[in-house]
Order: sequence, then C-alpha cells, then structure tokens
Amino acid sequence: MSDCHDCAGCVVAEAPASLRNGARSHVVAIIGPPNSGKSTLFNRLTGLRQKVANFPGVTVEQRVGKAKMQHHHADVTLVDLPGVYSLNPRSEDEQVTRDVLAGAMPGVPKPDALLLILDCTNLGRHLVLAAPILSLKLPTLVILNMADDLKSRGGHVDTAELATELGSPVALISASKGQGIEKVFQFMQGTSAGTTSLTPPRVELPVLQDIPRCRQWAHDVGSGAAYRAPAPPVWTRRLDSVFLHPVAGPLIFLMVVAGVFQTIFTGAKPLMDGLQNLILQLGHGIQHVLPPSIFRSLLVDGILSGVGAVIVFLPQILLLFLFIGILEDSGYLARAALIADRTMAKFGLQGKSFIPLISAYACAVPAIMATRTIENKRDRLATILIAPFMTCSARLPVYTLIIAAFISDRPLLGHFFGMQAGALLGLYVLGFVAAILTARLLKSSILKSERVPFVLEMPPYRWPTLRSLSLRLIDRSKVFLRRAGTVILLVIVVLWVLENLPVKNGQPPQIADSFAGMIGHAVEPVIKPLGFNWKIGIGLISSIAAREVIVGTLGTIYGKEGTEDSLGLRKALQSDLTPGGAIALLVFFAFAMQCMSTIAVVRRETGGWKWPAIQFAYMTLLAYVCALITNQVVRSGIFS
Amino acid sequence: MLQMSVNSGSGAPPSGAVARTLAQLPEGEAGVLDRLDLPEDIARRLMELGFLPGHIIVPARSAPGGEPRVYRVDGSEVALRRETASRLILKPAKDVL
Repeated sequence: MSDCHDCAGCVVAEAPASLRNGARSHVVAIIGPPNSGKSTLFNRLTGLRQKVANFPGVTVEQRVGKAKMQHHHADVTLVDLPGVYSLNPRSEDEQVTRDVLAGAMPGVPKPDALLLILDCTNLGRHLVLAAPILSLKLPTLVILNMADDLKSRGGHVDTAELATELGSPVALISASKGQGIEKVFQFMQGTSAGTTSLTPPRVELPVLQDIPRCRQWAHDVGSGAAYRAPAPPVWTRRLDSVFLHPVAGPLIFLMVVAGVFQTIFTGAKPLMDGLQNLILQLGHGIQHVLPPSIFRSLLVDGILSGVGAVIVFLPQILLLFLFIGILEDSGYLARAALIADRTMAKFGLQGKSFIPLISAYACAVPAIMATRTIENKRDRLATILIAPFMTCSARLPVYTLIIAAFISDRPLLGHFFGMQAGALLGLYVLGFVAAILTARLLKSSILKSERVPFVLEMPPYRWPTLRSLSLRLIDRSKVFLRRAGTVILLVIVVLWVLENLPVKNGQPPQIADSFAGMIGHAVEPVIKPLGFNWKIGIGLISSIAAREVIVGTLGTIYGKEGTEDSLGLRKALQSDLTPGGAIALLVFFAFAMQCMSTIAVVRRETGGWKWPAIQFAYMTLLAYVCALITNQVVRSGIFS
Repeated sequence: MLQMSVNSGSGAPPSGAVARTLAQLPEGEAGVLDRLDLPEDIARRLMELGFLPGHIIVPARSAPGGEPRVYRVDGSEVALRRETASRLILKPAKDVL
C-alpha cells in the first residue's frame, strides 16, 4: 500500500471516477469463495447502510452498500458478489460475477477496485481464485480472513512475502472479530483517492482453464509465502462425533427441528396476539376520535387492517430467521442438511430443502426467503415452488371455521382424537402429499436436473455473532415488510374500495350491490360446480390478499362477527353451504395459492413473473379440480 | 498432470485391473484420487473443491444410513452422495506406496 504516485514503472490506477464525474461513487467489489466470510466482511464494512436486491433477470442476490469510511470525502460503494471458486461461467453465480467484473452487468458499474477474501485456514485451495482475479489487473486487496483460527490452530503465513509474490497488498484479518478491518478501509481510501498503484506479480499467473495447474500454482505461491496450514479443527471433529453420531445425530436433529417448529408456532403466538390486539385498539381509538365517514372507514377497515394483516406475521418471521441465522452461522445447518438429505432425495429434493419446507408450516414467505441457503438453483426453485403447499398458519382460521361448522366432533380414536382433529390432520397431510408429488413431478419434468451432484461443504463450527444475527434479522424483516407489506396493503385497499363502492345516497352499498358483490355474482357460474355461491366467491377473491381475510369478509357478508369462533357465522354458513361445498372449500384452500405476498416473494426470489405465474396457475387449477371432485363425490352421497 | 483424466460417459476403467472407487474406501482410510469418471463440467466443479487427481481423500462420518458421506480433502470437508463418490476412481493401493 505505497503512495508511489511518481515512481517509474508503476502503472498508476485509473483516476477515480468521482473526480471525472461527481455523481458516480468509487465502486469496490467483494469477491471470494463460499464460506470465506465474504458476507461477514461486507456487513462489517457497511453496517446497516446496505440494500439487497436481485441482479436483473436472475435469481442471484445482489447486495450493495456504502462503506463506513472514516474519511468524510470518500464515497465508496461496496458490491457483494456471489461466492465462487472460479470465474468459469458454469453456474449463474459465476456468470454474474464475471459480468460484474467485466462491467457487463446492467445497472452495476464496473468495479474500480476489488477485495478478494480468502479463508487463510485453507489458503492452498482458496488461493486458486487469486489467479483469475489478479489477471483482471484491477487494484486488488487480498484479504486473508479467519486470522484468529489460523493462529489458534498453529498455522502461519508471511503476508509481506505473499504481497510481493502476488503484486497486491495483503491484509490478515478476522472479519467476525473485526481484527485488521482498518487495513481494508485504508486500501479503499487509497484506491478512491487514486493513490494505489498496480505492481505486476512476481509469480507468473497460471493458465486459468487448467484446474490442476492452478492448484499447483496456488500451492507454490503458498510455499513461497512460508504458508503452514493449521492443524485440523479439534472442536469441529469433537462436535461432529456427536452431531453426526449414528444414533445421537438424528435424535439431536429431530429435537432441533421440533424446537424450531414449536417456537415459530407457539412461541410467536403471544406476540402475534399482542400485535393484533394493539392494531385493534388503535382502530377503536381512531373510531373514537374521528367522526364516521368514508375516510374513517378506509383508514380503519382498509389501511389499518391491511397493515395489521402484514405485521401480525412479523414475530414468526423474526423468530424463524433468528433460528436459521443461528443454525447457519454456527455451521449446524450443513450437518442438518446432511442428515436430512437421504429422506429428501426420495422426493427428488436435497438436504438443504428441509429447513425451508419446515418453515413453510408457519408461513411460505420466510420459507421462500430461506431457500437462499440452497446453492443448487434447480433444487432451490423446486423448493420455492412446493413450499406454499405446506399448511401455513394463515390457513388455520379458515380450516377452524369450516371444520367447526360442518364436521361433527364424533370420537374417532378414543376421546382425545375426534373427527374434527382428524379432519385438520387430514388437511395437513393433504398439503404435504401435494408438495412431495409436485416435487417429484417437477424433478422429472421441467426441473429435470442435468445430474448436478449433491455437494455440501462442511464449514467448521463457529459461535454465531450477535452482530451478524441482528443484521440478518433487520435485513429480512425489511424485505418482508416492503415486499409483502406493500402488496397486501394495496390488495386490502382495493378490496375495501370494491366493497364500499358504488356509493348510493351517500351511503356505502349493501355488499350484494357493491362492486365486490358484482364480481362475486360474475364468478358464480365458474365456482358453482364446486358448491360455492357468490358470497364464497367474494370471500375467495378477498382471500387473495391473505388467506385468513376470507373469515372477516364472510363475517361482513353474512352480517355476523367475522372471527373463526363466531357462532353466528358458523350457523350462517351451515344454512348457506352444502356439506359438499364446505369440504370442497377446505380442499380448495389446501391447494390454492391464495396469497399475494407469496406471489410477490416468489417473483422477487426467482427474478421475474414466469415462475410465480406458473405456480399460481398450477396450484389454482389443482385446487379447482380437486374441489370439484370433492363436491361431486360428497354430493353423490358415497360417504353418507 | 496436463491430462485431467476426465472420462465422460463410458464407465469402464482403462486397464484390466478392477479399480477401487471412493465409495468403497472405508471410513478413516486414506486413498489417492486417480480420475473422475464424470462429465467434464461436474468433474471441474469437484476439482475446484479439491477432488483433484493425485490428492489424498479420507472418508469421515456419514449421515445415518451411510450416505451422504463427509470426505476430508485438500484442507476441507465436503459431503458427497454415494452415486457421486462411486464415480471417483482411486489409484490402486500399491501405487500409493
């Protein structure tokens, strides 16, 4: 990191863009292999000043942030690139990395400098990536991460010698502990001020296509820098002898899964109830303060209930991501994926699909966001496409209402397990079966893997840091609130308008005469074979906002209290729906993708409308056909 | 070393000797990789993870049921399913010594 502006032979780095064009900031890209601590470094350098999006048109996540530079003048934009082992464009990740580095990615400026982060406990293998990166001839800081591990396990590397060999500055750091981070800031300070020069490497770079030669080159460079690999991680071996024990391993795995499941389900319940109450109180408060008007109705029944429908899921989502964060950062997630792999392989999926699918029992939205841990794009897509079949908690109010109204609670297996519980369990099983059959169908048709092998790196166990966990929670809740929130809010407001217009004599219309009622009547011929009337039609349309919204809507339509334990609503449904129609409605809800936020998140995660459109069409068709069959079978009286 | 010994498709070993695969190597025993009997792009992906001809591989613990199994290779631990491990051909034991 010399300040040799004038020295002969030095290729002075391109003048910083900020000098040429005041609007453009200095762009630094972070690149490194998976498990090198890339994201930890990115979080260290940016803190909360980051945003997450997708690279245009692909499923690869793009994280961009502003570096927290000590020197006020410097304006440095950091781009976190996907983890790659090479720049051979075989996967989407590698293609994206190549395109960004070449300045060929639309919307992403060509980086002015690079941070190459490598795990120095495994320098031999990680240095392989240095060859293609250094051949780009951009100012590059080679960051050797996990310095604390290297030291504690008796490894060594001569950074000065390595810097001379590679012709690039080298910084030995620990991103998780924050050691040596100042060297990274100094480097960015230098490149943004244009004072960093490029020195040609002392060693010759290898032919990039030849992996064995690249590996040999990396070994030679390492030896030149007196690299001594650290001893194997003792604690990781010890912990693996427990967590991957033939008997204890699966037991611990089941306990972890049960713990996660229990917490997102029952642990979040008081928080969710509390939030719901708060919103209700707020609504009452507004009703006291404001005089009755269309505006008040829009505010309370439209906007407030819309916001409420969204943030009520926030506790579940936060808890879920807290768990996933701990599992992933500690290294246990890889072990869990290993244990689950054999079972998941039977359905054409893989071990890493397991945790997202379990999460989908709470809510499909965080589950789909959690599929980012699956590197294999096809497996990830298959998991995204089947996740909404899992019985999410928004289906429960609908199930509870219909089951209580139409299924008599005769004992089925003793007194503890009646017909109603059996029906609920049956609906859970139905969703699960639909998910695995769909997975098999996908993997044998449109997502037929080109035999990409299951490869899972086992990172050493580490303590998760509070910093990384909280950053992840903030990031995920922002994504959820922004994506799901805006969509649900929009749909709820539109529904409110449909239910309250056209205005007659200054009064909102009866629901049957409203636009919503007209739509209900219009769709009636389509849903009649399923045993649904126009009122259910309105309910189905309103449930696109979120499934449980149908309960409130039916309450409004029948003029009864719109909750799942409302006796009045049950009685009204009993007299208005046939048993066939009621059971068909349950089946319809088990399969249909009645959830705008899921659609929005799938669009975001798959980078386009193609997959959510296919998924919505498939699930709706399946729901329609199965509900139709159910209604016809029940009506024909086979079971009575 | 220039030849990467990547066979695509044909599963037959070149010599008459019955070659041992990584899937047959017992837990804790070291083997030296000879070649990857896999399509080139998959072989390259595994080579990037350290499964290079000439490298020593030691099978470690497996998931219940015997697969996938964790392999220690080139300073890290990587799990493979049996179907993949059985396409990684080891050098005959006498060549190693």
